[in-house]
Amino acid sequence: MSTSIPQATAPAAAESPSAPPVKAKVKRRKFDPWGAVAWIVGLGFFFPVFWMVLTAFKQEVDAYTTTPKVIFAPTLDEFRAVFDQGVGTALLNSLFATAVSTLLVLLLGVPAAFALSLRPVRKTQDALFFFMSTKMLPVVAAIIPLYVIVSNIGLLDNIWALVILYTAMNLPIAVWMMRSFFLEVPGELLEAASLDGASTWRAMREVILPLVSPGIAATALICVIFAWNEFFFAVSLTAVQAQTMPVFLVGFIAGQGLYWAKLCAAATMAALPVVLAGWIAQNKLVRGLSFGAIK
Amino acid sequence: MTTSQLGTERPGVETEAEHVARIKKTQDPGVSRAEGWRRRGPLLPALIFMIVVTQIPFLFTLYYSTLSWNLVRPGSRRFVGLSNYVDVVQDKTFWQVAFNSVFFIVATVLISIVLGLLLALLLDRVFLGRGIVRTLLITPFLVTPVAGALMWKTAMLDPVFGIVNWILPGEGIDFVSSWPRASILVALVWQWTPFMMLLILAGLQSMPRDILEAGRVDGAGAFQLFRELTLPHLRRFIELGAVLGAIYLVNTFDQIYMMTQGGPGTDSANLPFYIYQRAFLGFDIGQAAAMGVVVVIFTMIIATFALRLIFRSFTGKEEAA
Repeated sequence: MSTSIPQATAPAAAESPSAPPVKAKVKRRKFDPWGAVAWIVGLGFFFPVFWMVLTAFKQEVDAYTTTPKVIFAPTLDEFRAVFDQGVGTALLNSLFATAVSTLLVLLLGVPAAFALSLRPVRKTQDALFFFMSTKMLPVVAAIIPLYVIVSNIGLLDNIWALVILYTAMNLPIAVWMMRSFFLEVPGELLEAASLDGASTWRAMREVILPLVSPGIAATALICVIFAWNEFFFAVSLTAVQAQTMPVFLVGFIAGQGLYWAKLCAAATMAALPVVLAGWIAQNKLVRGLSFGAIK
Repeated sequence: MTTSQLGTERPGVETEAEHVARIKKTQDPGVSRAEGWRRRGPLLPALIFMIVVTQIPFLFTLYYSTLSWNLVRPGSRRFVGLSNYVDVVQDKTFWQVAFNSVFFIVATVLISIVLGLLLALLLDRVFLGRGIVRTLLITPFLVTPVAGALMWKTAMLDPVFGIVNWILPGEGIDFVSSWPRASILVALVWQWTPFMMLLILAGLQSMPRDILEAGRVDGAGAFQLFRELTLPHLRRFIELGAVLGAIYLVNTFDQIYMMTQGGPGTDSANLPFYIYQRAFLGFDIGQAAAMGVVVVIFTMIIATFALRLIFRSFTGKEEAA
């Protein structure tokens, strides 16, 4: 919430023709055609999502119409049908893989980011470079041995395989992102803490962690989005027992055929949690996506 | 002026250069061995975890790529040296699929950047409900790609019941069958435009106001201001968006899996999808591994460039490290 809004208004306000401040007030009330354009484009981009949610509340007859129906008697039947098809397991699996991997990412990533920022180790740049380079390794290059290893240790179709891989997938982002938050901690605060004779651990817990906790929350949300949406590992390494929501959705099509209303209900259930997480985290989204390079 | 626009510029925040200086200062002789380990302690679990989970599989990929090994034929595993690579290089499909990969990456990045720039310029204005419009616009990036691709394939592009055909006059067009690559591209652009928009919007909002003001006082027109001041300022952000987008898009898989299954034939497959098919439908481990290695080599070329750029964005200076 904090940074972007106040910054946002400044240059945008400057955008309107260089009128004296008195006139500016009148200007603002005037209808801005570009604002209308923005609304239309925004609604256009959002439309497929809106349509998905809308269709989820239709009966199949209302979903299959050559003229799209906007007015219909809403029903929860399709959601019920999706639950009957065992979406519960997939939801729990997605929830588990997402929550546990995010927790692991934070447990591993926050201390690592600390060691690469406030009390930096030797070769900090090398370590950072390494973390980022793992993100650039295409996942297909690793999937074959991963499949062989995972099946050899009996983790095929086991949710823990995904937990571990999702942790590895998100850890570099978390390290970079958390590091950018740690670097915002004023140096004097640390000095003061160490002069007080506080141990690193105490300084961390009592001084630094409270300061970076919004950063931790934002990092966690970004990890949640990526873990929840991940499909490639899930479809390669799980089948029935450990299937996550995206895999369930694919299987649902194969098993049910194209019943749109049901599909939309399932897709809505798959997409909704992260859309909400993303809306909450939207002001920190850029920071996570750019590895902390843009704030 | 552009060097340190990204990242660590806010007052009271240490710049990367200062930070590096402090690392240098603190680590040289002053840091004892015990202190060194105490500092390294928090880093090691993450580092070891990443090495084990990401590097070891890759070493195996290298090893498997020298084997002739079909999973469904037990006892077929034997060492064949580099012959898998020879096969890969001679495989016409591989090159066609590699071309598709490049096409999807380049086209998505370019179109998303242009659209993202336009959207960012719109969102940089003041209008009623701007926050809501921004929220609407980022949603495609958040939606589970599998679900988003499903919507495009069915609700939007279906020949009979799809919305697009309802809007367009004339006979229903089966977009996904007739133009599989273009259809996938639409779904990809829809997903990635919000990403570019967010990055470029961050750039616009970090634009120093007084410079624009000065330009206006000097009598520059809106377009001139944009070309001479805004665009150069945005360059760094656009570059970063292109590079990050490319890194993420190398792994494109979900849309292809959902919309076309790479078909017809392999016309719309990219490398991840083709390798997936070879490994999990053909069970040809050796070949698939060799392709994986080739992909990594390609990616490393982009990545070297990417890493340098990101470090530069982050450090504000090319060789601060």
